[in-house]
Amino acid sequence: MGQIVLKKVQKKFDDVEVIPPLDLTIEDGEFTVFVGPSGCGKSTLLRLIAGLEDVTAGSIEIDGKEAADLPPAKRGLSMVFQSYALYPHMSVRKNIAFPLKMAKMDSAEIKKRVEAAAEVLNLTSYLDRRPGQLSGGQRQRVAIGRSIVREPSAFLFDEPLSNLDAALRVGMRMEISELHKRLDTTMVYVTHDQVEAMTMADKIVVLQAGVVEQVGSPLDLYHSPKNKFVAGFIGSPKMNLIEGDEAKKHNAQTIGIRPEHIAVADGNGEWSGVVGVSEHLGSDTFFHVHDTGLADMITVRVEGDVGLKYGDKINLSPRQDLIHKFDQQGDRIV
Amino acid sequence: MAPAVFLLLVWMLVPLITTLFFSFKKYLPLRGDELGKGLDWVGFENYSRFLNSSSFWPSVQTTLLIVGSVLVITVVLGVLLALLLDQPMWGQGIVRILIISPFFVMPTVSALVWKNMFMDSNYGLFAHLWRFFGAEPVQWLSQSSIESIIMIVSWQWLPFATLILLTAIQSLDSEQLEASEMDGAPVLKRFWYIILPHLGRAITVVILIQTIFLLAVFAEIFVTTGGAFGSRTLTYLIFQRVLESQNVGLGSAGGVYAIILANIVALFLMRIVGKNLDQ
Ligand SMILES: Nc1ncnc2c1ncn2[C@@H]1O[C@H](COP(=O)(O)OP(=O)(O)OP(=O)(O)O)[C@@H](O)[C@H]1O
Ligand SMILES: [Mg+2]
Repeated sequence: MGQIVLKKVQKKFDDVEVIPPLDLTIEDGEFTVFVGPSGCGKSTLLRLIAGLEDVTAGSIEIDGKEAADLPPAKRGLSMVFQSYALYPHMSVRKNIAFPLKMAKMDSAEIKKRVEAAAEVLNLTSYLDRRPGQLSGGQRQRVAIGRSIVREPSAFLFDEPLSNLDAALRVGMRMEISELHKRLDTTMVYVTHDQVEAMTMADKIVVLQAGVVEQVGSPLDLYHSPKNKFVAGFIGSPKMNLIEGDEAKKHNAQTIGIRPEHIAVADGNGEWSGVVGVSEHLGSDTFFHVHDTGLADMITVRVEGDVGLKYGDKINLSPRQDLIHKFDQQGDRIV
Repeated sequence: MAPAVFLLLVWMLVPLITTLFFSFKKYLPLRGDELGKGLDWVGFENYSRFLNSSSFWPSVQTTLLIVGSVLVITVVLGVLLALLLDQPMWGQGIVRILIISPFFVMPTVSALVWKNMFMDSNYGLFAHLWRFFGAEPVQWLSQSSIESIIMIVSWQWLPFATLILLTAIQSLDSEQLEASEMDGAPVLKRFWYIILPHLGRAITVVILIQTIFLLAVFAEIFVTTGGAFGSRTLTYLIFQRVLESQNVGLGSAGGVYAIILANIVALFLMRIVGKNLDQ
């Protein structure tokens, strides 16, 4: 249970078309991530599914039933908001129990479910606190608790981790992934952080200006991006995109090569340039190489530490089999 | 800091001490008592006379009735109006200014307007309305004097309540409402479980501030009923004792009772709603 199918879904705010007609299928039990730059319509799409915004046209089917005209509560979905949206005047227990109370469940059953959820989320000792007395991570867990007690057919998350610090974010990322494995329920997750997308998703939906650019597994998107936009968006650091003569050699308008697919050559590499800033991460080093005559800057990833300094000359050899080619329209050439 | 405290002390203490001083003296200016000649000490006689006068308890009752009713009316209507004004609508700015405007009309003026324009039993608007439906016009100020005063005072204070409550509603995080909507709460439950608790603090502030001013309502009564027909509040009774009966001592004793009443009411209110303030 928990298949969501969008057919020709369109959304306009007044006259501004934020989402042009869009088709998308989210399979039951899948962890789907919407990624895209800020303002591309990820939240809007999620809110359309949730029912917090009305579709301008098109249909939304949840488990085979038309849902576009149903109010949010009737869609059997639950949502975790970026601001957590906890009820500040209620204790953690009451917050988690709220959807059950609204469903008029009897109090013994409510108690059982709330305590079970608290157990799963390590909240047992905080049940009688108010949200204001919790840390960001704990609040996040309460919000998740509130959404799981109802046993929805799908969970919707809108950038749930963006208010947390980096370390906590990694931790919560794991917890949500684990929760997904355990509950085996459909999850739709919005983020603009492509690392989150890559690590958590079964399926990634890349959006740009309301248009689905590509749908696929994280590795699909990494290995065969459908166009320049996806190529540049997925992967960190970003893929190097090169135009001009070098691209012409490959019969393409643009070629792309990921920083990890360029090796530093000892003697005469195919390309050469001057080392600019280098970012040392310990395990890896990222060099920003200038004056290659290819693009303003080429990023190169090298494992470990190579004794190159600012201003040193560097020779590069890209792996020919891993060069991506794009045509005039920016689409992939196969 | 120090000068401010000193100024405040003088500001408050001087009238308080004069009142206390007079309340223990016989001071009837029309009977020849004069400050310069010294006043007779009468102990607690003024206090017992004020307390035992047949008008004392009714006046306390009237005071509490007016304060209580106005509080209920302004808070309930204020919440409803604030909810309405929070909705996006055409001409929002103008509507809001119109709603707020009664607050800028002086109490005396608004009471006069109500008395002559609406409540007059011959040519008032209400009389016309009643006649239009074939009913006998109500003699507002004599037959339902307290209700009339409650109506006038509520009209004056409604803008204040609405304004404070509107700002409170506007500060509610819309994601909380959306979350509760997804949690399956219909409109009325969203109001009850989310909006109303959020308004708790603002309602408390409205109640406390209004109480302070409502206990001292005067002009509205002076202009309309002149304290007749059971509309005499404690404040008004004190005014009558001092100015109409020219008994300063007795009036001062009444003033001290008014202070006590205000403190009881304040204590009572703090017990009920005060806990909303410390969150
Ligand atoms: N209620 C609204 N009225 C008008 N325009 C809106 C409304 N909500 C969103 N938009 C517009 O729709 C577009 C998409 O917004 P949306 O919030 O979906 O972006 P997003 O992808 O979630 O971005 P972010 O990553 O910054 O959260 C934006 O250009 C935004 O200005
Ligand atoms: Mg968003």
